[in-house]
Amino acid sequence: MSMEEHPKNEQNQTNQNYQKNSEAENSKQFSRRKFLRNAGLIGAAAVAGAAALFSGDLFEKTKTKGGKKSVLLTQDNKLVEVDSLELKAMVKSPEQLMQLRGREGIAGRRWIWVIDLSKCRNARQCIAACQAAHHLRPDQFHINTLQMQENAHTPSFHMPKPCQHCDNPPCVSVCPVDATFKRPDGPVLIDNERCIGCRFCIAACPYSARMLNWSKPKFEEQDKDLPYNIELNIPQRIGTITKCLMSSDRLREGKLPYCVSACPNGVYYFGDENEDAVTNGTTKETVRLSTLLSENGAYQLLPELGTKPRVYYLPPKNRLFPFEPSKDAEPKKI
Amino acid sequence: MDENNIELNKITEDLTFHIRITRGFKIWMGFLILGLCICLYAYTLQLRYGLGVAGIRDYVSWGMYLSNFVFFVATSLIGMLISGVLGLTGIKWITPLARIAEIIAVAFAAIAGLVIIMDMGRPDRLANVFIYGRFQSPILWDVTVVTTYFVLSALLLFLTLISDISWVYKKTDHLPGWVKRTYQVLSLNWTDTPEKNRIIRRCVRILLILIIPCALAIHTVTSWLFAMTTRAGWDSTLFGPYFVTGAFVSGGSAVIIAMYFFRKNYKLHNYITNQHFNNMGKLLVMIMLVYLYFNINEFLVPAYKLKTAEAINLHDLFAGRFAFMFWAVQIGGLLLPIILMLFRKMRTPLPMLIISLAIFIGSWFKRYIIVIPAQEHPYLPIQYVPYNFKVYTPTLTEIAITLSSFFMALIIITLLSKFFPVVPIRETAIEKGLIKNNE
Repeated sequence: MSMEEHPKNEQNQTNQNYQKNSEAENSKQFSRRKFLRNAGLIGAAAVAGAAALFSGDLFEKTKTKGGKKSVLLTQDNKLVEVDSLELKAMVKSPEQLMQLRGREGIAGRRWIWVIDLSKCRNARQCIAACQAAHHLRPDQFHINTLQMQENAHTPSFHMPKPCQHCDNPPCVSVCPVDATFKRPDGPVLIDNERCIGCRFCIAACPYSARMLNWSKPKFEEQDKDLPYNIELNIPQRIGTITKCLMSSDRLREGKLPYCVSACPNGVYYFGDENEDAVTNGTTKETVRLSTLLSENGAYQLLPELGTKPRVYYLPPKNRLFPFEPSKDAEPKKI
Repeated sequence: MDENNIELNKITEDLTFHIRITRGFKIWMGFLILGLCICLYAYTLQLRYGLGVAGIRDYVSWGMYLSNFVFFVATSLIGMLISGVLGLTGIKWITPLARIAEIIAVAFAAIAGLVIIMDMGRPDRLANVFIYGRFQSPILWDVTVVTTYFVLSALLLFLTLISDISWVYKKTDHLPGWVKRTYQVLSLNWTDTPEKNRIIRRCVRILLILIIPCALAIHTVTSWLFAMTTRAGWDSTLFGPYFVTGAFVSGGSAVIIAMYFFRKNYKLHNYITNQHFNNMGKLLVMIMLVYLYFNINEFLVPAYKLKTAEAINLHDLFAGRFAFMFWAVQIGGLLLPIILMLFRKMRTPLPMLIISLAIFIGSWFKRYIIVIPAQEHPYLPIQYVPYNFKVYTPTLTEIAITLSSFFMALIIITLLSKFFPVVPIRETAIEKGLIKNNE
C-alpha cells in the first residue's frame, strides 16, 4: 500500500506546493501591480501639481515687471496702447522677417490675374523671365504656354498657364506639413524649408502647376549663402516643391510679376480685385477689372472642379495673327 | 495520461523542430542580406543625387515607390481578416494559420512605413510630419493608422506568442544558450495559471476587436490618397472598399505562399494540412469574387459614360500603353485564378502555390496600373518637356530600391518564423484536448 501511495502523495504534495507557490506569486503580483498603479497615479499628480505651481510662480514674477504702457500704430492705422509686458521682438533675423511677412501677405490686397488669349503668340518671354528670376532649369515651368485645341473644329491657340492660385486650393488641403499655403492676399506659396517632398500636392493639382527639384538645383552653389526668401523661393532646394508664386517679392515692391512685365504682346493684366483695377504688363494701361471680364466673356480653367481659380482667361477671338504651332510642344522620343 | 504526454511532447518537438540554425537558413539569409545591401546602395544614390535617380518626374510624380507602398499596406491587411474576422467568429481551422498571417501583417506593415520614406524627396525632414502635421491631409491619417495598425499587429503577435515562448523555453533542450536567454526574457515569466491566461485572452480579444476597424481604416485612407484628388481614374467613391477587398486578395495569396514554404521547409505537414490549403482556396475565391465585382464597377461605370478625361485613361488601360499589363493582371491575376480554384484538385498545395504566386504578382502590378496611368493623363496637356516627363519608365535604381522592400520583408518574416513557433503550440494542444484550458 505504502509503496503504491507514496508517489501519488508526492505528486499531490508537489501539486499543492505548486498551487501554493502560484498563489503566493499571484498575490505578490497583484500587490506589485497595485503598487505600480498607485505609484503612477501619485507620480502623475505630483508632476501636474509642480507644473501648476511653477507656471503660477512664473506668471506672478512677470506681473511685477509690467506696468509701463507703450503707444503703437498698427498696420491698419489704429493707435493702440500696449503694456510693455506684451511687447515682443517679432523678428530676429532677415530669414525670419521674410518667413513672417511671406506667410502673412500684403494687407488689404486681393491679387487677380487676367490672361488675354487673343494676344498670345507664344513668344515665351514670360517663361524666360520667370525661369531667370526663380533660378529654374529649362524644363521647370512656373508658367508655360500650352498649345490648346478643344476639338478638331475649334481653333488652336496658345494658352499661358501659371498656377491658378485657387481660392480653394487642393494642393494646400493635402499638404501634410503646411509647407504650401494660401495667403490672404491671393497667392499660393511654398515654403521649401519645410516641404518634405511627398508630392501629394502634385497629385492633387488639376492644373499640373507644381514641380519638384528632382536633382540638385541649377544655381545651388551660387545661391547657397542667400537667406531663404519664401516669396521668391530662392535658394531652390533639392527634393522640395517649386511653383509659381505670383512674383510675391515684386508685389511687395509694388511692381508687376516678372512674366507680366516681360510679355511683348500685352497678354497679361494684373491687379487688385479690391480696387477693381488691373494693369496691362506691356502697355501699362490700367483698366476696370469688372468691365474687362464682362465685355470679353472671361472664363476660368476647369471651374467645375470647384478650385475657384484667381486667374481669368479672355477667349482667343478676333486674333490679328494666324496660329503658328510650335515644333517643341510635343515631347519627342530622342 | 502517458499517451497525452507523449503526444504533447511530439507536438512540441514538431512545432519547435525548425527553431535551429541550419545551413539552408544561413544561405537564405546570406542571399537576402546580400540582396538588401545591393539595393540599399541604390538608395544611397538616391539620398545623394535626389529623387531624380528614379524615373518619376513632374507629371507622373508618384511611381513605383507609391504603388509598392499601396501593395505593402494591402498585403498587411490579411492579419486582420484571418485573426480578427475569422478568429472572432470562432472558426477553428485557422489556428495553425493565424500566426503566419500575423507575421505577414507585422512584416508588411513595418516595411510599408519604410517604403513611404523611400518615396520622400526629403527623408531628412520626416520629423516635420510630427512638428508641423496638419490633420486636413490624408497623409497624416495614413501615418496615424499605419502606425497604429503596426503596433496592434505586433502586440497581437507578441501576446499570442508569450505562452509558446515560455513553453519552448521550458520544454526544449536543443536551443543555443543565447536563444534560451532571449526566450526567458520574452516569456515575461509567464506561468500556466488561470489568472494569467485570462489576462492574455482578454487583451488578445480587445486587440482583435480593435484591429478590424483599424485595418479597414488603413487601406481606406491609403485609397483616399488617390480618391481625394480630382484626377480621372482616381476620382472614385468606390476606392475605399475596392482597395480593402483587393488587399485581402494579395494578403491571402501571400499567406498561401508562406504556408507552402513553412510546411515544406519546417516539416509541418501534420499541422498545415491539405485541408488548410483547400479552405484557404475557398476563402480566396470568395474574396476574389467580391474583388471582381468591385473591378466591374470600377471600370464598367466610367467606360459606359466615357467622360473625356476618363475615356483617355480607360483607352490607355484597355487598348493603349498599359493594355498588356492591364489584361494580364485582370485575367491572369484575377479571373483565371477564380475559375481554377473552383476545382477541388486545384486547391491542393502545389497548384495553390502556383496560383497564389500569379495572384501575388498580379496584385503588385494591379497597384501599378491604378497609380501610374492616371497621372500620365492630366487635364492639361504635357508640353515642352523631355519625353521621359510624359511617359513614366522606372529606372534600374528605382527598381532596386523597390526590391529592397521585399528583401526587408522577407528578412523579417524569415527571422520571426525561424525563431518562434510558426504554428501555435499551446492552442494546438488545447484543440487536440491534450492540455486543458485552465481559465
